[in-house]
Amino acid sequence: MRILSAFEMFGEYMLLLKRVFSKPEKRRVYYQQTIKEIDKLGFQSIGIVTIISVFMGAVITLQTAYNMENPFIPNYLIGLGTRDSMLLEFSSTVIGLILAGKVGSNIASEIGTMRVTEQIDALEIMGINSASFLILPKIIATVIFNPFLSVLSMMVGITGGWLVGVFTGVVSTQEYIDGVQYAFIPFYITYSLIKTVVFAFLITTISAFYGYRVQGGSLEVGRASTQAVVMSSIFILLFNLILTQLLLS
Amino acid sequence: MITIRNISKKFDGHLVIDGISATFEKGKTNLIIGQSGSGKTVLLKSIVGLHDIDEGEIYYNDIRFDTLDLKSKKLIRQKIGMLFQGAALFDSATVEENVMFPLDMFTELSRDEKLDRTNFCLKRVNIINANHLYPAEISGGMKKRVAIARAIALNPEFLFCDEPNSGLDPKTAVVIDQLIKEITEEFNITTIINTHDMNSVMGIGDKVIFIYQGKKWWEGNKENILNSNNKELNDFVFSTELTRKIKGF
Repeated sequence: MRILSAFEMFGEYMLLLKRVFSKPEKRRVYYQQTIKEIDKLGFQSIGIVTIISVFMGAVITLQTAYNMENPFIPNYLIGLGTRDSMLLEFSSTVIGLILAGKVGSNIASEIGTMRVTEQIDALEIMGINSASFLILPKIIATVIFNPFLSVLSMMVGITGGWLVGVFTGVVSTQEYIDGVQYAFIPFYITYSLIKTVVFAFLITTISAFYGYRVQGGSLEVGRASTQAVVMSSIFILLFNLILTQLLLS
Repeated sequence: MITIRNISKKFDGHLVIDGISATFEKGKTNLIIGQSGSGKTVLLKSIVGLHDIDEGEIYYNDIRFDTLDLKSKKLIRQKIGMLFQGAALFDSATVEENVMFPLDMFTELSRDEKLDRTNFCLKRVNIINANHLYPAEISGGMKKRVAIARAIALNPEFLFCDEPNSGLDPKTAVVIDQLIKEITEEFNITTIINTHDMNSVMGIGDKVIFIYQGKKWWEGNKENILNSNNKELNDFVFSTELTRKIKGF
């Protein structure tokens, strides 16, 4: 029964996407909406991404340092460890999970509230494709802007690692920079950005789907918001596995 | 003019609307009355196409609406204005942006022309100096009036109002009723109003249809509703002690 329900939900999700990617009524209005969404979902996430990245970079540096207290292991590997952790997992997957909480719940509750207060019905009555009007600008905004957040996270995280490494004396600036530059594989950045784009799409569409199908009142909106975050997180982890196997094997 | 013929609608096998036929004339306020849960809102939403009907026919002027494809329905919907029970204003937009929204979506007017039309509509519903306020900053009665202004922005041929007086004090309710009546006559609109407010019925009911258990139980106007011998209608209309005394029950 649950399997059947999961298939039904997947079918509903695909039908919603079909409506989302239909021709916009008026491109200019959609463009304006996209700019607003970039501000709301993108720029307003810079703060949380920066704070979390700087602390995570710092913690990764300290943990690497304290687990490598061996005279045969050179200190520059601390910088290398921080760089690879940030590039490969943190700036794409962990930031994706954090954005699933922040952006995902925002999208689900906004669209869910619009549903229960009949604002979506009002759009439909006007002859507007509400799914496309509400969801497409959010998808475009996150798919465009989240890679910038990911690059910001990489830079800030590596800087955070350097600051705490030098401040606590576990690594010198020169050793850290050597480590960051050592055996650098540029494809890791491409890999991270590909994951970020896929995660942005998943977070936005899954959250919008849960918000759009809300029926009832504020309790159901809250429930949809929670479900959106949980399902977005699960699918981020699943697609992290799939993409890693596809891109790095 | 709107004509419905034998329309029925089921939810999960339960018949909510059962073979209702009616004609709603142009330039008149057509009221659908009935107890809560009698099927009024489902009937209204079925007529505008928010619910697909299971049986019957719906005509807007001479065009059969229920069998049209989505694209053709959208064209008809651009001639429809709707006032929702909770006003359904867009929370993230100001009063001015709410009223201007249909103009942005469906006209090629210049910014100044759109602003002129917006101000005209707001003035028509007696909203002055509130252009830049958000829905959360205005009263329930003002929200309803802004929603009416938005509904008439595109000069609709058809106006639907779902319980326009719900949540309003008696004095404001009369103001909203009179406004709907004036706009209907002034712009020669076919107006359909869902209500269970007897003040509305007696004030603006050019035509009244009483729905009971999903069926059309009675049809008439505000004059002959008082003299009807229909038991269920009398139970509904004269439900308070005061009205029963007036009627002589």
